[in-house]
Amino acid sequence: MSHEHHAHGPGGAHEHLPDAEERLGYYQTMEIAVRELLIEKGIITPADVRMAVEAMDARTPAQGARVVARAWTDPAYKARLLADGSAACAELGIDMGPTRLVVVENTERVHNMIVCTLCSCYPRFLLGLPPDWYKSREYRSRAVREPRAVLAEFGTVLPDDVEVRVHDSTADMRYLVLPRRPAGTENMDEATLASLVGRDAMIGVALVETKPPGS
Amino acid sequence: MRSHHDMGGLPAGPVKRTEHDYALWEKRVDALMMLLSSPQRQLLKVDELRRNIEALGPQAYDAMGYYERWMHAICQTLIQRGVITIDELGRKMEEVAAARRGAP
Repeated sequence: MSHEHHAHGPGGAHEHLPDAEERLGYYQTMEIAVRELLIEKGIITPADVRMAVEAMDARTPAQGARVVARAWTDPAYKARLLADGSAACAELGIDMGPTRLVVVENTERVHNMIVCTLCSCYPRFLLGLPPDWYKSREYRSRAVREPRAVLAEFGTVLPDDVEVRVHDSTADMRYLVLPRRPAGTENMDEATLASLVGRDAMIGVALVETKPPGS
Repeated sequence: MRSHHDMGGLPAGPVKRTEHDYALWEKRVDALMMLLSSPQRQLLKVDELRRNIEALGPQAYDAMGYYERWMHAICQTLIQRGVITIDELGRKMEEVAAARRGAP
């Protein structure tokens, strides 16, 4: 966020910054009203809200990339990650919250991708909030019926003999794709490897290249 | 019959690869969900959030933004649980809107 709104306490002034939209949307008004009611009732504090927003901002795909790079460089860790994703993330100090994490490994023969057809379940504790397209009708509808066509729209074209497995997430169980380590990276250290791993590769719509994503 | 939110496998157009930086109000809706569902509060379960989103009619579901649906569902859950009342909410929303109208 490039701008921060003024915090306000119970019964205090409502936020109205000169640069804010002139008219609040209905649901924005509802958010402020519900938040203020909960503060007045002593259920939450303004600091609770601020800290929850900051905690979510701190969750980025870099966390997932750290997990992937560790798995690539430490076979014992990889085995633990595939056996129990949540516990292996906790080893690196990443809390998965109440959800169970299942890590699915891409190989020469198998490519995995994740979706949530019913809503938007996503490994948010590892990757942050999902991109809009992950929540879109198009992705949710088609990922399970024509995954290869969807992958092609992301520029990911797989050989016909590679099996594509699509994992439909649920509220209680989240997936993370462990991408294949690209060839030619044998001499890279863990941090350099992590820099190559982008969000889309961990969703399974992209592959990891030997250059960082977007470069 | 398949419900509106249950769209896996249905025909749809190309994936539009849109993304946006979440606005502060959207992050705050997310924060409300995280705080209300925390072990020490337990005032909202993710299943209640989903049930209230899935109860939206197809037209409302499609017309509303993602965090608008969440805000609607959080609010419904709090009313259903008696944490807040519809009257309180109506009054507070009017107060918020009036403060905004009166802003310089």
